[in-house]
Amino acid sequence: MKFSKDHEWVTVEGGVATIGISEHAQSQLGDVVFVDLPKIGRQVKANENVATVESVKAASDVYVPVSGEVVAVNEELSGDPALVNRAPESDGWFMKVKLSNESELSALMDKAAYDKFVG
Amino acid sequence: MDETALRRTPLYDLHVALGAKMVPFAGYYMPVQYPTGIMAEHKWCRENAGLFEVSHMGQCSITGPDFQTTARAMEMLVPADVLSLAPGQQRYSQLMNVQGGISDDLMITHSNWEGLEGSLYVVVNASRKGFDFDHIEENLPPGLSFKRYDSLALMALQGPKAEGVLAALNPAVKQLAFMSSGRFMLGGMEVHVSRSGYTGEDGFELSVEDKDAATLWNRLLENADVKPVGLGARDSLRLEAGLCLYGHDIDKTTSPIEAGLQWSIAKRRRVDGGFPGSRRVQRELLGGVSRKRIGIKPEGRAPARDGTEIQDETGRKIGVITSGGFGPTVNGPIAMGYVETAYATPGTPLQLIVRGQAMPAQAVSLPFIPNRFKR
Repeated sequence: MKFSKDHEWVTVEGGVATIGISEHAQSQLGDVVFVDLPKIGRQVKANENVATVESVKAASDVYVPVSGEVVAVNEELSGDPALVNRAPESDGWFMKVKLSNESELSALMDKAAYDKFVG
Repeated sequence: MDETALRRTPLYDLHVALGAKMVPFAGYYMPVQYPTGIMAEHKWCRENAGLFEVSHMGQCSITGPDFQTTARAMEMLVPADVLSLAPGQQRYSQLMNVQGGISDDLMITHSNWEGLEGSLYVVVNASRKGFDFDHIEENLPPGLSFKRYDSLALMALQGPKAEGVLAALNPAVKQLAFMSSGRFMLGGMEVHVSRSGYTGEDGFELSVEDKDAATLWNRLLENADVKPVGLGARDSLRLEAGLCLYGHDIDKTTSPIEAGLQWSIAKRRRVDGGFPGSRRVQRELLGGVSRKRIGIKPEGRAPARDGTEIQDETGRKIGVITSGGFGPTVNGPIAMGYVETAYATPGTPLQLIVRGQAMPAQAVSLPFIPNRFKR
């Protein structure tokens, strides 16, 4: 699992990246009440604002750390947005993106570097 | 803001020890939430008793030769009927500007505390404290004195179990009616207690010397019905209760009539005027207003925040949201805002422009959750 400076995580399997927000990010946001996800088929660019996560208190932008095509979004989140709080780095994933430029992954941090980053 | 200049309330260390997330607010470090989170704190307050620190708010008193003189001086600044306040009675009002807009909203009490009988005890918003104190003091006629209480802490105990919690420390508090106050011994401390609050629940505000604040706070938290609640849930509670937040739902441009606060202006003051901006208020009472504060219920689950544009069904801008978010008790998004009066009727369809998309919503009556004040 790799992490961006904007607190998203990425795992990659067969050229498809699964993306969500980090445990640190969910703890900062507090109770998540709504997640606005991109449409399937949308072409996204690395560091583009593609989703919004709303907590009781505020709305926060979510940036996609890699470029490609959105091939899936987590439908579970529409009925149960608090899944982001309970399982941010597993079941609370946001979207899957078919990578168009795998080299972008090298710009991301590993877990040790990210933990140090949020220190 | 220079964070080193932020002030700490007498309960700062206790909030930190409870694991609160402290944020800068109106010049103070204040707890926005505790580890259980806004949602749980909000629901706890609606079902049990929530304890809030609000020491950042401003407390002051105005004293004159007699209550009548003092009340008349206050009536020069606010549209409320201050003269008719019985000793211990409290009233919500607004400091007005000459344009008929609101400089702040405040609570005014005819004091019955020992040594302060016949004075007015006033609580103002933290963000407006400096302006309000100067404004009140500068506008007092000769012979009246103004005093700010920088060494008084303030906390609020709110929720259906609040009465039971305080009564366990002193059963006499049960006799307090809604919007009345008195001095009580609570856990060996002298506390000025008023039956009021800003959550839509029955509850109390407790004014106590700084030196006693931590003892009282801990004493209240010893009761299993009480949990601490931060400013985050304070905001969602008051939004569900349909109560205005200064700087959002009311400001120097909005009049009490536009804001739907005409209930706080007694008939004598409507007729006689005599407060800043009274001509606008009288004109609006007779002729109506062009915009009105309303409740707004977005369809779907996405909250619409402060500043969101409100459109009619044809896409014309008709207003703006002034407070918006998620109502934990409502279990959905809720908002308040101003719309052209023709769109203010409950049931009127509206569109909210959230992230560039038109989101369907409708005008609804306030509050979102029925008030449970003890009448």
